[in-house]
Amino acid sequence: MALAASADAHRTSAWRSPLVVLSILLLMLLAVALVAASVGAAGIPLRRLPAALSFGQADLADIRRDQLVLWSIRLPRIALAIMVGALLAAGGAVMQGLFRNPLADPMLAGIAPGASFASAAAIVIGDRLQAGALLPFALLPAAAIGGALLTTILLYRLATRSGRTSIATLLLAGIAIGALANAGTGFLVFLADDRQLRDITFWLLGSLSGATWAKAAAVAPVLALVVAAVPLIARGLDLVVLGEAEAFHMGVAVERLKRITIVLVAAATGVAVAVAGVIGFVGIVVPHLLRLVIGPGHRLLLPSALLLGAILLLTADTFARLVAAPAELPIGIVTAAIGAPFFLSLLLRQRALIG
Amino acid sequence: MSPILTAQSVSVRAGTKVLLDNVSLAVTTGEVIALVGPNGAGKSTLLRTLAGELKPNAGHVLLKGRAVADYAPRDLALHRAVLSQSTQVAFPFAVREVVRMGAGEGRRRHVDALADAALADVDLTAFADRVITTLSGGEQQRAHFARVLVQIACALEANGPGLLLLDEPTANLDLKHQLELLQIAARCARQDHTVIMILHDLNLAALAADRVLVLANGSIAADGTPAATITDEILGRVFKVAAAVGQVPPAGTPFVLPHGMQPAL
Repeated sequence: MALAASADAHRTSAWRSPLVVLSILLLMLLAVALVAASVGAAGIPLRRLPAALSFGQADLADIRRDQLVLWSIRLPRIALAIMVGALLAAGGAVMQGLFRNPLADPMLAGIAPGASFASAAAIVIGDRLQAGALLPFALLPAAAIGGALLTTILLYRLATRSGRTSIATLLLAGIAIGALANAGTGFLVFLADDRQLRDITFWLLGSLSGATWAKAAAVAPVLALVVAAVPLIARGLDLVVLGEAEAFHMGVAVERLKRITIVLVAAATGVAVAVAGVIGFVGIVVPHLLRLVIGPGHRLLLPSALLLGAILLLTADTFARLVAAPAELPIGIVTAAIGAPFFLSLLLRQRALIG
Repeated sequence: MSPILTAQSVSVRAGTKVLLDNVSLAVTTGEVIALVGPNGAGKSTLLRTLAGELKPNAGHVLLKGRAVADYAPRDLALHRAVLSQSTQVAFPFAVREVVRMGAGEGRRRHVDALADAALADVDLTAFADRVITTLSGGEQQRAHFARVLVQIACALEANGPGLLLLDEPTANLDLKHQLELLQIAARCARQDHTVIMILHDLNLAALAADRVLVLANGSIAADGTPAATITDEILGRVFKVAAAVGQVPPAGTPFVLPHGMQPAL
């Protein structure tokens, strides 16, 4: 009995050692990335990967072909999947900390429709303002982040009264705001001319299949911002778990923390929607799994969520590429198939709280 | 001794409703004050205003001679600690983790030792690794009190004796743990911390406090020693109960009144 207890305690402490957890996740990510680089419509056997990455020997024709596939198709897609997955999971974890509830997810709570609406508006209005000229590429992510920011602030205002957040209000307000934003997007589709319509449709369908280095470059600064902010907000989010008033009593500058987290959630969601469309549930599944294994402390949870989100989305995307090859399954279907049952099980366990 | 805490003509309104009406108060270092009064008298509002959590519509609160509103939150947390009435922990943190949170955001040395000592104080050493939401209401309350003890210990290290504000710390506790909590509060006062706590049990207030503050309709109705404030007249006028202070009830009615804070061994 005593032995079992001590072994158990030992295991718990190993699972909560940041070095062990982050190393394991990093190795898993590397393994998934290698597989993702190698498999696909044009396969690159693992033994030819080093040559294609230009540090190995192989047949010259093979190298040419492999390099073309790898550098212009597969690597940008892998980079994008890693970064978007990291942002989705971290955005979910941060939003759940802010709203003090494991069911909060930017993609479900109306923030993604807000981002989509803002982007569609940017396409239509931007195109009318400077007819004919090409839209600057950075305008769309910027508009998406702006839309996400407005929706996040609105949701927070609606769902939080004197420091207490109602998850029921949050989810319902999310539905209402999402419906309103979707109506707005529909209206823009109605207004749009053929060319704008093509842009909007392409945009709304968004998936990782259109990955380019330019898209990856648009996401990278936001990811850098989130990574840099993690050490600043992690302990504060732990204390907010006891309530906003309690966090203030313990010395947290709550208003400042809230402003930072809202901007982070909006930036992560907005830019993810901008480059990959609406991909649900990663933000719920990843933090929840991690809390079960490594505990709820945000100092380890947030960096782990960045890594596991990347692993999950890269795995889902690779699966989506392979399962119906040479056609591709939209990735949103894969994540929803995994995530929706997961969300329901969480909801059932929380039923008492929601009433 | 100079007052550690002063409230100068503090008024708090919510819409048109007056919650605190022109309350003035001076608290001396090391005092143990019981804040009593009927429901809705403004006790929690006063405590939250003293804590710097609520900004008064009029008046000022000075802590150690400086307006509470002028402290940065992190600095304020190293001068005063607060136990709220009910604290919900949203994620499955272990009891020890919650208690360690008393040390705030920064990394501080000896937090583990402080947390262990506080857990022992509130009788929760055996529960340290349990998830806090699996504990009973009273046990959770004790865990949060341990967290506040860690915070006030950090405050003592950083800035010397501080202010403890406790909102119904004995709610949900069994009699033994009520008495133990009051004993710990008395020990804090011996370390020159100042304690202000909301209590509903007038017997406990009389037992534990040097000074009783009776609040009614947002104003101070009486302020003084327990003997001067817990009287037949106050009970009738403020609490609207006909009671006789200091007399045994009619024969046959059992009544239990602790005569000291020392629990039986």
